[in-house]
Amino acid sequence: MPHADYACGSAAHAVSRRGFLATAGATAALGTAGFASPDSTAALARNQKRVLVVYLAGGVSQFETWDPKPGTDTGGPFRAISTSVPGTQICELLPHTAARMHRLAVVRSLNSTTPDHAQGERVMLTGRRPEAGIEYPHLGAVAAKMLGGERAEMPGHIHILPGGGGGRADATFLGPQFASVPVPDGRPPANLLRPSGLTADADRARDALRQSLTDRFSRSRRSAASEAYAASFAQAERVFNRADVFDVDRESLKTAERYGRHDFGRHLLLARRLLEAGVSYVKVSHSNYDTHHENFDFHIEQLGEFDRPFAALLDDLSDRGMLESTLVVVMSEMGRTPKINERFGRDHWSNGWSVVLGGAGIKGGAVVGRTNANGTTIADREVGPWHLFHTYLRAVGLDPERNFHPNQRPVPVADPRASAISEILA
Amino acid sequence: MPLDPTAARVEREYRHASPLLGCRFDPSGRYLFATSQDNSILRFDLVTGGRTALVGHASWGRGMVVRAAGPRTSNPERAAASVAARGGAIGPAAVALPAPPADPFTLISADYHGKLIWWNGHAATPTPVRTVEAHAGWCRAVALSPDGATLATCGNDNLVKLWDAATGAHRRTLTGHTSHVYNVAFHPSGTRLVSADLLGTVKDWDAATGACVRDLDAKVMHKYDPTFRADIGGARGMAVAPDGRVACAGITNVSNAFAGVGNPLVVLFDWADGKSKALKPKDVFQGTAWGVGFLNDGTVIAGGGGSGGRVWFWSGADANSTHTLTPPAHVRDLAVHPAGDRFAVACATGAAVVYTLRRVS
Repeated sequence: MPHADYACGSAAHAVSRRGFLATAGATAALGTAGFASPDSTAALARNQKRVLVVYLAGGVSQFETWDPKPGTDTGGPFRAISTSVPGTQICELLPHTAARMHRLAVVRSLNSTTPDHAQGERVMLTGRRPEAGIEYPHLGAVAAKMLGGERAEMPGHIHILPGGGGGRADATFLGPQFASVPVPDGRPPANLLRPSGLTADADRARDALRQSLTDRFSRSRRSAASEAYAASFAQAERVFNRADVFDVDRESLKTAERYGRHDFGRHLLLARRLLEAGVSYVKVSHSNYDTHHENFDFHIEQLGEFDRPFAALLDDLSDRGMLESTLVVVMSEMGRTPKINERFGRDHWSNGWSVVLGGAGIKGGAVVGRTNANGTTIADREVGPWHLFHTYLRAVGLDPERNFHPNQRPVPVADPRASAISEILA
Repeated sequence: MPLDPTAARVEREYRHASPLLGCRFDPSGRYLFATSQDNSILRFDLVTGGRTALVGHASWGRGMVVRAAGPRTSNPERAAASVAARGGAIGPAAVALPAPPADPFTLISADYHGKLIWWNGHAATPTPVRTVEAHAGWCRAVALSPDGATLATCGNDNLVKLWDAATGAHRRTLTGHTSHVYNVAFHPSGTRLVSADLLGTVKDWDAATGACVRDLDAKVMHKYDPTFRADIGGARGMAVAPDGRVACAGITNVSNAFAGVGNPLVVLFDWADGKSKALKPKDVFQGTAWGVGFLNDGTVIAGGGGSGGRVWFWSGADANSTHTLTPPAHVRDLAVHPAGDRFAVACATGAAVVYTLRRVS
């Protein structure tokens, strides 16, 4: 494998070979039957549909974002401000986003059924209630498979997250090649680069040996796992040639300033570059909103970091003509309680909170559902994560009513008991 | 008469339907003002037991200060005696009686929207007499110079501002903090004031020039929590003693910012050398100290909450609290009565409780 010639020469901008291999080799694929027909894949390629999920980890407060209730016993201290959509108000902590609400739709009547971090994340990202005997793939894996396929130049499912971690088995039966590739701190690990003590010739010889061993193994014991393992090297090589995509320092100072000189700003800027490079699904996690204590101070702090770069990203996607082909979702694993506890905190809440969507296939400016006057219950148009999952797929032109076929048995792509939220689909 | 924290007892208790945020006495000590999560300010009359709602803020407030309009001519004891002489009981039972007149004073309050309101605090039903847009975002605290001429405010725009307390005219902006400014207080000399920010920097300012004279270090009250990626800290309460000692109340040893896992702390600065001393609860307690003050014998008192409510006393040189009270609810603020022998706490349940430290004779 050739050594990538990085413009900045910085190890910080390298893509990790081990990261890809760890993902690809983690579990065996239960089925690799192609989902999309060649025709539909080609059509999707022309449109380059993509998905961006901005994940406000810990559970953002709907009161301090998309469904403010000022002047009520639950509303807290902040005011509601007008937006670019007449009649729609959001919390004052999001002034930059407010000016772009005509690009976004709000669902204010989500009941995600489980006020728990891990379960909530699973439900929100799979669109499924927990079921015994089956683990459903996350949205990112589904998008990677259905939008990008197995021969995409870039990995189809990337998760930019603060700190370390990531790399979960979130593709389940779709196979490890669609599992999330973690990009911790927006800086892929440095161990991709050829060690300085290893010459190019020695590296080529090493790779030739690996290839011959892989070929010999595959002739006798070929499996989905070995296929995924081999494919990961091929994909890694393609990515190495696009390593510049990960280098946000290539952006102008002016652009960097628009996104903000903090981790989340850099992460959103990286997300835009990855989407431009053809990555089907990018998830950017922003930490953290689990504000059991001093909810208001911490939402000032965190949303102050979220608002401006998110607005900049919407502008960039729009200016580049990408917004109409890129679904943007802002979600959490849950919302936060109407009741303000004695420590000025809000606790876990799933019975009536908000998610925002925009871009591809979404009717900008739409508002669906309503909570009551002080946000303690859903007053109109209750929906669940399963309805949202259908909506995400419809928005990027995919059919959620088709089936995957792990082990030759049909598994619906989305919960067959639900359907898309038609009011927000363009 | 020496104060005895172990003799503390409830003298008055008021209930409001909405949780309380902050509390302050008027200069005569007759009224207790408490801000509330319903945006109102409650005025509790310690003499008659009456209560009056001040309506004008459109958001929460915590910062309050009271400016006397002239020399003090009455005190609660004389007012109470007046009520008793007319055959009325003291406390809630006296509500129906005509209240003795109060000395004129102005209440100045601040809110989350950065707005200041001047109120005719002594009126039967106080109303706003002046409104000033003071800060971009939350105006967290206000303070009055000892001569009553200058008002200081601070807020989330990282600024400290000085105002003409009588007219509301802006006098000066003090810049230098790099994070939200949580509290401000004047030195008894009136020539200096101190302000404390989220990151634990306490600035000592020259009131006449606006120059920062020195920085005091209260960083023990700040932490950047790498798990939640947020800063926690700040002086939630602040007070300056007649001898110049500066007390800042907050939280330390934070292991989980978003669950409030940490310990209450008061950082006490010596004015002359700026050296600090950490005052801690003697018993293990998880939570935050939200209010702090000095009793008239120099005892430091702080109130807070977390796993329940607490009031701590530090007498003498002991760095560990010398006595602890357990109020019925989480304490969100504490105010010392002007006489220095009583204090009040504002609670998350909506209770405002006035304690006396006078021994029953």
